[in-house]
Amino acid sequence: MQMSGAQMVIEALKHEGVDTVFGYPGGAIMNVYDEIYKQDDFQHILTRHEQAAVHAAEGYAKVTGKVGVAMVTSGPGFTNAVTGIADAYMDSIPLVVISGQVPMSLIGTDAFQEIDSVGISRSCTKHNYLVTDAADLPRVLKEAFYLAATGRPGPVHVDIPKDVTAQIAEFDYSRPVEMETYKPTTKGNARQIKKAIEAIAAAKRPLLYLGGGIISANAADEVRAFAKMTGIPAVETFMARGTMGADNPLVISMLGMHGSYAANMAMSETDLVIGLGARFDDRVTGKLSEFAKNADVIHVDIDPASISKLVNAEYPIVGDVKYVVEEMTTLAKGKVDPERYAPWLETIDHFNKLHPLGYEEEAGTIKPQWVIERIGQLLGEKANISTDVGQHQMWTAQFYPFTRPRQFISSGGLGTMGFGFPAAMGVKRGDMERVSINVTGDGSILMNIQELMTSVEYKLPVINVILNNHFLGMVRQWQTLFYDKRYSETDLSMQPNWVGLVESFGGVGYNVETKEEFDAALKDAVEKNVVAMINVSVSRFENVLPMVPAGGSLFNMMLEYKDK
Amino acid sequence: MMQNERRVVSVILQNEASALSRITDLFSARGYNIESLTVAPIPESKYSRLTIATSGSVRVIEQIIKQLHKLIPVLRVYEHADLVEKEMAMVKFPIGENLSDIETLSKAYNGKIVNVGNDMIIAMVADEPKRVSHYLEAVKRFNPKEIVRSGTVALER
Ligand SMILES: Cc1ncc(C[n+]2csc(CCOP(=O)(O)OP(=O)(O)O)c2C)c(N)n1
Repeated sequence: MQMSGAQMVIEALKHEGVDTVFGYPGGAIMNVYDEIYKQDDFQHILTRHEQAAVHAAEGYAKVTGKVGVAMVTSGPGFTNAVTGIADAYMDSIPLVVISGQVPMSLIGTDAFQEIDSVGISRSCTKHNYLVTDAADLPRVLKEAFYLAATGRPGPVHVDIPKDVTAQIAEFDYSRPVEMETYKPTTKGNARQIKKAIEAIAAAKRPLLYLGGGIISANAADEVRAFAKMTGIPAVETFMARGTMGADNPLVISMLGMHGSYAANMAMSETDLVIGLGARFDDRVTGKLSEFAKNADVIHVDIDPASISKLVNAEYPIVGDVKYVVEEMTTLAKGKVDPERYAPWLETIDHFNKLHPLGYEEEAGTIKPQWVIERIGQLLGEKANISTDVGQHQMWTAQFYPFTRPRQFISSGGLGTMGFGFPAAMGVKRGDMERVSINVTGDGSILMNIQELMTSVEYKLPVINVILNNHFLGMVRQWQTLFYDKRYSETDLSMQPNWVGLVESFGGVGYNVETKEEFDAALKDAVEKNVVAMINVSVSRFENVLPMVPAGGSLFNMMLEYKDK
Repeated sequence: MMQNERRVVSVILQNEASALSRITDLFSARGYNIESLTVAPIPESKYSRLTIATSGSVRVIEQIIKQLHKLIPVLRVYEHADLVEKEMAMVKFPIGENLSDIETLSKAYNGKIVNVGNDMIIAMVADEPKRVSHYLEAVKRFNPKEIVRSGTVALER
C-alpha cells in the first residue's frame, strides 16, 4: 500500500502492538504527530521533557518486558533525550526512539534545529539509523524493534528527516527481518554446559552470581528452580533484585559496594562463581585482582563481549540464560548433590549472623531504612518500586523485600538522577493494577519535577516518597568519608514548599515527621490514587553501610561508621 | 602487565552510511589503539573489507574482536595468525638526487620510480610494513621532501 513516511511510522507501531508512545513534538516531526492525531490505536503521552519521555518508556519496558517507544523532534528535542537513551543502553533496556530530523536538503548546513543525531547516539545505542528514503522505513522500523528486543536488548534510534516523513512510498510490513550480519546465539554450547555441571558437582562452595540479564531474559523461574534443585546459594546484583525473592532461603542479599557482609564474604570465599547474566561491574567486584580470588568462573551471557571482559571465565557459555539454565537443570539431575554444600551453607549462615544488614533506630528521627522497610511491610508485593539515584536508591535495594523480577526499577549502569519519577510513570502505565512508588531524594526529585503535570493529566499516579535529608546525601557521604567533611555544594538546606508544589499541579502532598504520620500518609495516598509526594524528614547524616570503598576488596568492608 | 602485541584484524562489514565511523568510534570510545586502517569495497558484493593494525594485551585484542563483532553491520571478523601483509609508501625527492641510486633502492623494496617531473621525482614501494619502515630509513640520505604511507592490507595465507 502507498502511504507517507509519517503514516508508515504509525502503521509500523500498530504492527508491533505498541499501545503507548511517550513523546514531545516539534517542527521536524510534525508530520508524524499529525498522523498520531488521526489514530486511536495507541495512546501518546505528552511528557513535559524529552528526557522524561525516554525514562518513562524505560520504566514501561522494564515492568512489562515489552519494547518501550519514545518520540522526539530534532535538535534540542533529541539532545534532551540522549541521557535517557544512554541510560537504557547501560542497563540493556529495549527501546525504540524515533526522532525527527531537518529535511534532507538542509542536512549538513547547520540548519535551524539541526544536530547530527545519529552521530551523537552512535555510542549509546545498540544500533541507529538515518532514514533517507521512505521506501526503507518499513524495513528499518521492523529491524529496529527486532534489534531492540533480541540478543542483548538495548535502545535503537531511528532518525527521520522531515521530507522523508512526507514522501510517499510502498508500505509492506510482512517481509521478515533478514539481517545477514546479526544472528545472536541463544543456545549455549552443549559441551561447555556439560563441563560446567561437572565443575559444579566437584565444587565445595559454589555460588550463583545473578545479574540483571536474568530479568531481561525472563529467566527468574528457571534460576529459582536450578537453585532449589542443586541447593546452591545465590547473591544478586543491584540489577537482579527480586530474581530469587526475598523469602527464598537460598538468597544471600545483594553484593557489591553496598552489598551485605554475607554476600560479599560468600563471594570472597567461593570456589566456583556461577555468573548468570551478570557483567562483573566494578561496583560489584571491587578490586578485580581480589575478586573471588580462589574461584573458577562459569559465565553465562547472551553477549560474548561480556564474557572474560574483566574476569577470566574458565567456563564461558554464550547463550540465552533462560535456555542455558534450563539445560543446566536437566543435566544436573542426579549429578549434583545438595548435601555436599551443607557446610558451605552453614558458613554463609554464620556470615549472616555475624553482620546482618541493619541500622540503628534513633529516638526522635525517622531512619531512611525504616521507611523502605515500612513500605515493604505495608505494600510488599502490591507495589512496583522505582528509585532515583543516591543513598535512598541503595537503601531501597538493601531493605525492600522484593519478591518478583521487574518489581525493582532503577538506573544501574548510568546512575541517572531524575530517572525515578518519569520511570515510575511509565511503570504505572505498564502495570495499572499495582501501586507505583518512586523512592527519591530531595536532590533527585527536582531533576524531572515537571512530570507532575504529565502524571496528573494522564492519571498515572505515582507516589513519590522523598527521603529528605536536606543533602545530596550520597555525595555528602563520600565527602564525610573521603574529603574530611568538606560539604562542597551538597547542602540542600534551601527547600521548596513540597506540599504546595505538588498541590499546584493537582496532586496531594504530605510532610511527615513521625512514623505514624508516614503510615497515615502512605495509606491516604494509596487510597486517593492520585500523584502524591510524601516528604519524609529523615536523619541528616545517615550513611549507607556496609560500604566497600571504590577500588577496595569485597572482604574489606566498612561495616559501621562512628562520627568522631 | 601483559605484553602488548601488534595484531592485524580484518573486518567484513556492510556498505552503509556511517559503517566506518562505527568502527573508529568503537576504538576511540573504548580506548583501543589503531595503528593503521585501510578500507575498500569488496568487488561484486555489498560488503567492504577493513584491515586494522592494532596493538594491545591478549585480553584487549580479544575484546576488540568481540566488540567489533557486536556491531550490527559487521559480518565477520578475522584475527590473522598467518598472513601476508603489505603496505605502500610514496616518496618525493628533489630532482638533483641520485636517480639511479633511488631506483635501485626502491627496486629492492618491491618498488620503482613512478613519476619524474621538472623539479622532483616520486618513488613508490609496496612491502611488509617493517620493510617499508626500513626503506624510509634508508632513503633519508636522499633528502625526501614528502612521504606518504598507506595502511596495511592483509590476507590469510
Ligand atoms: C544527573 C546526575 N547528576 C549528578 C549525579 C551524581 N550524584 C550521585 S548521587 C547524588 C546525590 C543524590 O542526592 P539525593 O537525590 O538527595 O539522594 P540521597 O543520596 O540524599 O538519598 C549525586 C549528585 C548523578 N548520579 N546524576
